Amino acid sequence: MTSITYREAVVRAQREALRQDDRVILMGEDIGAAGGPFKTTEGLFEEFGPSRVRDTPISETAFVGAALGMALTGYRPVIELMFADFMGVCFDQIVNSIAKHRFMCGGTVAVPVTIRAMGGGGVRFGAQHSQTGESWVYQFPGLKVYCPASPADAYALLRQAIDDPDPVIVLEHKALMSVKGEIEPDAGSWPGLGPQVLRTGSDVTLVASMAMVRRTMAAAEILAGQGVEAEVIDLRVLRPLLVQPIIDSVIKTGALAVIEENHAAGGWGAEVISRTFDAAFDYIDKPPLRVTLPDWPMPYSPPLEDAALPSVERIVAAVQSRR
Amino acid sequence: MSSSISTGGHATELVTSILGASEALAAFEKLLLVREFEDKVYDSFVAGLVHGTTHLCQGQEAVAVGTVMALRDDDYLTYTYRGHGPCVARGMDLEGAFAEIFGRSTGVSGGLGGSMHLTDMQLGLLGSFAIVGAGLPVAVGAGISARERGAGQVSVTYFGDGATNIGAFHESMNLAAVWKLPVIFVCENNLYGEYSPILSTTPMQDLVVRASAYAMPGTVADGNDVIAVFKAMREAVDRARAGDGPTFIEYKTYRQCGHSRSDAGKYRPAGELDAWMEQDPIVRFRSRLTQEGLLDEATTLEIEQRVRETVRAAAARAADGAWPELLSLESATYSHPITA
Repeated sequence: MTSITYREAVVRAQREALRQDDRVILMGEDIGAAGGPFKTTEGLFEEFGPSRVRDTPISETAFVGAALGMALTGYRPVIELMFADFMGVCFDQIVNSIAKHRFMCGGTVAVPVTIRAMGGGGVRFGAQHSQTGESWVYQFPGLKVYCPASPADAYALLRQAIDDPDPVIVLEHKALMSVKGEIEPDAGSWPGLGPQVLRTGSDVTLVASMAMVRRTMAAAEILAGQGVEAEVIDLRVLRPLLVQPIIDSVIKTGALAVIEENHAAGGWGAEVISRTFDAAFDYIDKPPLRVTLPDWPMPYSPPLEDAALPSVERIVAAVQSRR
Repeated sequence: MSSSISTGGHATELVTSILGASEALAAFEKLLLVREFEDKVYDSFVAGLVHGTTHLCQGQEAVAVGTVMALRDDDYLTYTYRGHGPCVARGMDLEGAFAEIFGRSTGVSGGLGGSMHLTDMQLGLLGSFAIVGAGLPVAVGAGISARERGAGQVSVTYFGDGATNIGAFHESMNLAAVWKLPVIFVCENNLYGEYSPILSTTPMQDLVVRASAYAMPGTVADGNDVIAVFKAMREAVDRARAGDGPTFIEYKTYRQCGHSRSDAGKYRPAGELDAWMEQDPIVRFRSRLTQEGLLDEATTLEIEQRVRETVRAAAARAADGAWPELLSLESATYSHPITA
């Protein structure tokens, strides 16, 4: 076990993939000598050179679409989207081309594309640079969507994404970049691709993703002091959404809350609640609870942004409101 | 007719100065094959075998045939929803193509793709993109692969005049140019973007000028002259293989049918279609081959009959193909499904 930051975990996963497989090529804006705007490719250009760590023009449609062409012809492109919000620029390439190409070919081709997109709020970047992108991409068959909340997953999920024969979108969270934690270099020790119980409890199940996981863990500690034992589950993989661990937990606790950094409309929380209630209705004692962003774009002003993001206090208050 | 270049039959050089006699006859047969294929798709639609819609390329066969003639087996192609031409010219299994269009399990994609999505990776037919412009970046990616592999492959992308107004076109031209990729941008300027005449959507009708915006060599050629198509393509392919980067080729041509099955093309000015029918690429090439003594009436009939029978038999077999079974399509969706 090694303790590194989330950002360093992203760099390390890419470095190892580049070392182990000549077919891996990185592409993105300013990822070369500059090392990436968030330093998520730091040192890779120096080690692997300009043909494997490619600085692109500001042309998401071109280089994301190009990733499909590379994948169909023997390479394993890893794309960096500087901000997850920029998926809006290349949405057609992601959802109409990359997600569907294997299917439209009758399942005869593999599409090993990895798209890393850095998103999320809490860093004062305003309405067009603070979205997680989770709600945008989780609905499309053909894509896999990973949402690392820790350095361990920033490393292990990215390694698995690059090795995967299918297109994977890895949503990384900007506010987590400097968070430190242990990573497990040995693939044999990685947890399976699905939700993971981080804290056990008997009173309520709290499901969160990305930056909301740490806040939910902090809320659970406060709730424990108030006599409420929360079970906390890190969603980790948004697509496919493997809800069984959540169902198992809710059967035990009888109550479910979802905490997500998305607007409620179309957020994954609704899907988690629907599927969990479908499977475990007889075991559930309370209406489901959702803690989400408000229904307006992310404001810039610090007090307004802080109020928009689900906070530890809001999570605690929401759970207590249903006691 | 609104084309600004001569598309008359005033060829100054002999076909045999460009192609061998047998190659020329093979090109003629390919032209007929693409035409016959598209005619059969149309007839099959009327007969209820084709579903949804189709986008046919009658009138534009010379572009498909002349460009494919300049390629190697290991080159890559992306094309559009009006993409049967490159597939047939490249040698796609005709029964598999028809069966795909008929939605049968025996189709090249098991019936999951349809008329707008014929593909065959073994032939470098990487994808038929039904969103205007979407195939261009993918061809650029194949061009990156070709460059990395260093085996002299090229990547070709076909698109219409309408696609030159979408962002993917401009981004792809720029990226291919700045990285000097072996990509050939084949623009089939058939004068209409779907239902709209080019000058109602585009401030010029000679699209080749757009190449200069990306410091890319650009050329215009008569898209209804298979020899002119081939020559322009060969030059671009040679440049790409030599490592000298991409080329934009504008082929002036005409869509003899409407945009899609539901479009009779009634918005076209009177006389335009008739004028272009006189420039039909098959009629023109046949007359040229005949004038040069490469083709006589008997050989023409023999080729026509062979093509007609080949297409008829392939379509008939395709029509007998089984419908896909109503099974889970998860394995077609993911190579490696993740399960609990």
